[in-house]
Amino acid sequence: MNPANYVVLAAILFTIGATTVLVRRNAIIVFMGIELMLNAANLAFVTFARMHGDLSGQVVAFFVMVVAAAEVVVGLAIIVAIFRTRRSASVDDVNLLRS
Amino acid sequence: MITTATHAASAPVTAAWLLVALPLLSAAVLLLAGRRAERWGHWLGVAASAGAFVVGAVLWFALLGRDAEDRVLVASYGSWIPAGDFSVDLGMRVDPLAMTFVLLVTFVGTLIHVYSVAYMAHDAHRRRFFAYLNLFVAAMLLLVLADSYVLLFVGWEGVGLASYLLIGFWDHERPNAVAAKKAFVVNRIGDIGMIVAVMAMVAVFGTTDIGAVSEGAAQAGEGWLTLIGLALLLAACGKSAQFPLQSWLGDAMAGPTPVSALIHAATMVTAGVYLVVRSGAIYDGAPTAQLVVAVVGAITLLFGAIVGCAKDDIKKVLAASTMSQIGYMMLAAGLGPIGYAFAIFHLLTHGFFKAGLFLGAGSVMHGMSDQVDMRRFGALARSMRITWITMALGWLAIIGVPPFSGFWSKDRIVESAYALEGTWEPWVFGTVALVGVGITAFYMSRLFFMTFHGTRRWDDGSGIAPGVEPVTGAVQHPHESPRLMTWPMIALAVGSAVLGGLLAIGGAFTTWLEPVTGHVEHHEPVLPVVAIMVTTFVLILVGAFLAWRQYAAAPVAAIAPRGSVLTRAARRDLYQDTVSEAVVMRPGQYLTRSLVYGDRTVLDGGVTGLGRAVAGAGELARKVQTGFVRSYALTMALGVVVLAAVVLAVRI
Repeated sequence: MNPANYVVLAAILFTIGATTVLVRRNAIIVFMGIELMLNAANLAFVTFARMHGDLSGQVVAFFVMVVAAAEVVVGLAIIVAIFRTRRSASVDDVNLLRS
Repeated sequence: MITTATHAASAPVTAAWLLVALPLLSAAVLLLAGRRAERWGHWLGVAASAGAFVVGAVLWFALLGRDAEDRVLVASYGSWIPAGDFSVDLGMRVDPLAMTFVLLVTFVGTLIHVYSVAYMAHDAHRRRFFAYLNLFVAAMLLLVLADSYVLLFVGWEGVGLASYLLIGFWDHERPNAVAAKKAFVVNRIGDIGMIVAVMAMVAVFGTTDIGAVSEGAAQAGEGWLTLIGLALLLAACGKSAQFPLQSWLGDAMAGPTPVSALIHAATMVTAGVYLVVRSGAIYDGAPTAQLVVAVVGAITLLFGAIVGCAKDDIKKVLAASTMSQIGYMMLAAGLGPIGYAFAIFHLLTHGFFKAGLFLGAGSVMHGMSDQVDMRRFGALARSMRITWITMALGWLAIIGVPPFSGFWSKDRIVESAYALEGTWEPWVFGTVALVGVGITAFYMSRLFFMTFHGTRRWDDGSGIAPGVEPVTGAVQHPHESPRLMTWPMIALAVGSAVLGGLLAIGGAFTTWLEPVTGHVEHHEPVLPVVAIMVTTFVLILVGAFLAWRQYAAAPVAAIAPRGSVLTRAARRDLYQDTVSEAVVMRPGQYLTRSLVYGDRTVLDGGVTGLGRAVAGAGELARKVQTGFVRSYALTMALGVVVLAAVVLAVRI
């Protein structure tokens, strides 16, 4: 199978993720969009590693996973905290720096 | 003009500083002591003035004991303003001219102080009044004794301040405060001339010392001398109420009558004449400026005389008359060296008879519950004998009836005007002076007859005076003033009667002034002297007769009739205030208003506009910061796309 197809898939996934982040209001869905973008990036890394026969791309993919996991922890915690104070998970409701 | 060499002063003359110090100290004590001085303060004021007179008399005798050419003395009291190459010394110039003024100021001043003790007896602020009077005497003496124009300027401003304080002495009434302010502002205009003159002197002569300036004037260029002369004339016009700065003097009558007598008749207003005579060397080198002095004097002479004919307020008539008489002095001073001595001579005799007339007017007001409208007087001669007689002497002196004082001085001015060199000058100035004599005789006789003769136009309690329309107003009980007031009047009346004649014997006064004014050979007038004298006398008789016919023989309306165009104009001081308002005040107001508008719109507008622009830009920038996470995300995404595009574009 032509590895270029994986790159195209990665691009499609990234676009879907980016669009999700930009158009959806629910913080959880936005978060999912971010995850999708991260994983699209991972897919691209892995594909390029395969294409070039170089493992460093795969190593970076691992780093991305670690960072994504940590980010999910912090991000979900923030979302829960905001939900507790505002009774809403909509990102548009959080347009003020003060509470 | 010959400049007599100056001599350093010795023993008694070095005490000249006492002349200024005594009244100044007294003024300080009176102002600082507060209510404690209430009981004896006025006598301290009298004593200070009298003390200054005694010192003046001692100095006078010291001068008389010297030869004529040694009579210009300078008492030096050290350096005052040492500023590198330029320095001003503190010194007093004791010479015949200064001594004439010192004796006039202190003698008439002391009499008026005594008069004021009684006149102001019922005033709650009599102590303050005497403090200001003393301040005035000190400043005036400093003015005439100063040996440099800078020190003279200090005295000049000092008398201006005292004048302001005393015109507005009853400043709880608005018109008085306004009159004081008017006098102050008009005098400031004149002071600009003084400042310009002093600066020009520093530029040309490098000194302001009166002696050095007089000596240097002979070598200086005529252009500079003309500038200095005209600037000094402006200063003199302000202080002496000469055309075109004459408007304040009439309003200055708002002050207490002794103030009008001392400051606005006898002494301060003549300071301008003093200045011109003192600066004679400058005018000798600047014929144009000298001619302007004479023209100003001639205009003011007629101006004051015309205004004096129409006023009904007794003090305002005297004010107009003062203006006119100072016009005579200015005219004389503008005639050059032949006129200087006569200007000062007239100034001296005028100081006596005009102060006497003012004190007489004050005495009439005192007896008539402060009424000043002459149409409410009439037939007062019987009620106030002494006032009547003293004022009669003053009246005869001012209109120039021989042998009273005014005759000796005024007649000489008319003669000198006719003796001027030139084609048209003697005829114009001589005739103006001659016509002025006739008008003076008319308006002063009008004042005298309206006040003391004719029909009674006040209610004496018996009802209405016969032959006059109903008289309104309070019942009057005219009475003679107390002795403290009549004695100074008598003293001044004696001076008005005999002083001129005494000083004219053998040209004594002219000779006495020669060390300052220089010796001048007398020119022959264009008309024979006898013809001038006869014409003058006839004009006096005609003027007095017309006044008698209109105001003593015929009944006088208690309410002023409408009068002719000229009368109405003269009543309003020939529209001087209207003209000043139109020419100076309104444009000034427009100028300030347009400046304020320009300041608000252009300058303030620029600054606030910049601030607004920054705020507006901030407002625009704020719109971008919505707080919506998704719009930030979009911005980031777009940024990344742009970055990627740029990177790609550059690589390809």
